[in-house]
Amino acid sequence: MALSKSDVEKIAHLARLEINDADIPLYANNLTNILSFVEQMSAVDTTGVEPMAHPLAASQRLRPDIVTETNQRELFQSIAPQVEAGLYLVPKVIE
Amino acid sequence: MEWEVVIGLEIHAQLATRTKIFSGAATAYGAAPNTQACAVDLGLPGVLPVLNGEVTRMAVKFGLATGARIAPRSVFARKNYFYPDLPKGYQISQYELPIVGQGKIQIELDDGTTKTIGITRAHLEEDAGKSLHEDFHDLTGIDLNRAGTPLLEIVSEPDMRSAKEAVAYMKKIHSLVRYLEICDGNMQEGSFRCDANVSVRPKGREKFGTRAEIKNINSFRFVEKAINYEVERQIELLESGGTVVQETRLYDADKDETRSMRSKEEAFDYRYFPDPDLLPLDVDDAFIAEVRSTLPELPDEKRERFIYEYGLTPYDASVLTASRELADFFEAVEKASDGEAKQSANWVMGDLSASLNKANLEITNSPVTAQMLGGMIQRIADDTISGKIAKEVFEAMWNGEGDADAIIEKKGLKQVTDTGAIEQAIDAVIANNPKQLEQYRGGQEKLFGFFVGQVMKATQGKANPALLNELLKKKLSS
Repeated sequence: MALSKSDVEKIAHLARLEINDADIPLYANNLTNILSFVEQMSAVDTTGVEPMAHPLAASQRLRPDIVTETNQRELFQSIAPQVEAGLYLVPKVIE
Repeated sequence: MEWEVVIGLEIHAQLATRTKIFSGAATAYGAAPNTQACAVDLGLPGVLPVLNGEVTRMAVKFGLATGARIAPRSVFARKNYFYPDLPKGYQISQYELPIVGQGKIQIELDDGTTKTIGITRAHLEEDAGKSLHEDFHDLTGIDLNRAGTPLLEIVSEPDMRSAKEAVAYMKKIHSLVRYLEICDGNMQEGSFRCDANVSVRPKGREKFGTRAEIKNINSFRFVEKAINYEVERQIELLESGGTVVQETRLYDADKDETRSMRSKEEAFDYRYFPDPDLLPLDVDDAFIAEVRSTLPELPDEKRERFIYEYGLTPYDASVLTASRELADFFEAVEKASDGEAKQSANWVMGDLSASLNKANLEITNSPVTAQMLGGMIQRIADDTISGKIAKEVFEAMWNGEGDADAIIEKKGLKQVTDTGAIEQAIDAVIANNPKQLEQYRGGQEKLFGFFVGQVMKATQGKANPALLNELLKKKLSS
């Protein structure tokens, strides 16, 4: 399955990536190659093989429900571009 | 044409943990902005999520209480979208393999019948932060205290056929999560909210109509109103030759209407994939058995027990078991009243509930304790006071004038059961009303009530009603 120019543009938009028009054919080609590779894997008979959710054969460790993090707002906000009244300020978003 | 309404709900219940789902930051409500948002919640580079064990326990509890299969292995996935109150650019959720599988719950309808509603699944996920759009000189303020708060999303089957059924279902889930003590159910604070999927189809047709999803409804009343508005809108649209489009809509409580938020074409493409930062969650049989042993008596079991143990009507039993606190209060009153179950139910559901509503108080803050109410009911049962006088005693207890015995003593409300005293009062009333006596004896039996009223007045309402009736009847006909 070959990706079109508009596919590449959509994928870039979803990832919020700005791309040059001139680079699109290259990206389309590279991404298409990746998909071809996945298609090759689809040809393998996986009957009876349990789907893998994680490459490590281990299970999730659990944490006790105890507060361990203290308030470090001033530290975290010292690298934020703009803050006010304890809030992070960002360009206006309206639904 | 006759239309059938089809509704499915997605309920978000905030799990009542002390800390976030993937970090050790506190979840307490109402903290100053961003004081409970740690490096993990902020999605700073290099941090890793670690699952809160209590979250797993609570999800399993819910699954067991709804007869669901608990997945021995479930997987966390990333749901990708960009919004400033979602710092990582994705929400950690569960997608293909949720922790709680198919279950069901029974709802009671107004006509006394019950209906089973299927629960498709329940999965764990993290909440986002809050965006504040006002007052920041055309910028948006972001508070990330809520980011990473654990949620259990409970997805129902499209089994509900009216707004009323949807409300009954939502109330039932609300009651259940509070019984299980996995969610505080506080809807004002957003701890319990829902999205409603609504569609209509011609009655008798099997295929579902196109649905609209109404987002973020945070009260029982709004659920009913939003669904009713949406049903009307869709039917009007279809009957005037239009078509319903699949879209997300917002309910505006001020205007009592829903309006379009985004269409299917604009719908987010979430690109779910397993989160490589988290390993699969394994739940073994021993853990499930341990959680099962901690399950409390559930609302339906309690309701059945109230019917056979206390002889209550199904309706009374439903009302009293709607919340665990109310059920506990009733049982304490019943005990303190020495087994006067029916009276206890009546007083708890009647005068007490009315007074609490009026004062906007919860049962747990009732100024009249279960001990006090039970004590008063004992005095009705042993004929110390009549039911009518009891209302006066109740009011005095409500106003903090002490317990029933003290009030009865202080105000001299003890019922007169002394035959002689009542007879004396009756004689006086008869003597003072010769005309009425003549009319009564002439066949106007309705006047009996007049005499009862007069004697009651003469005894300041304290004459034992049954005794008074008996003696008066005898005197009037002699």
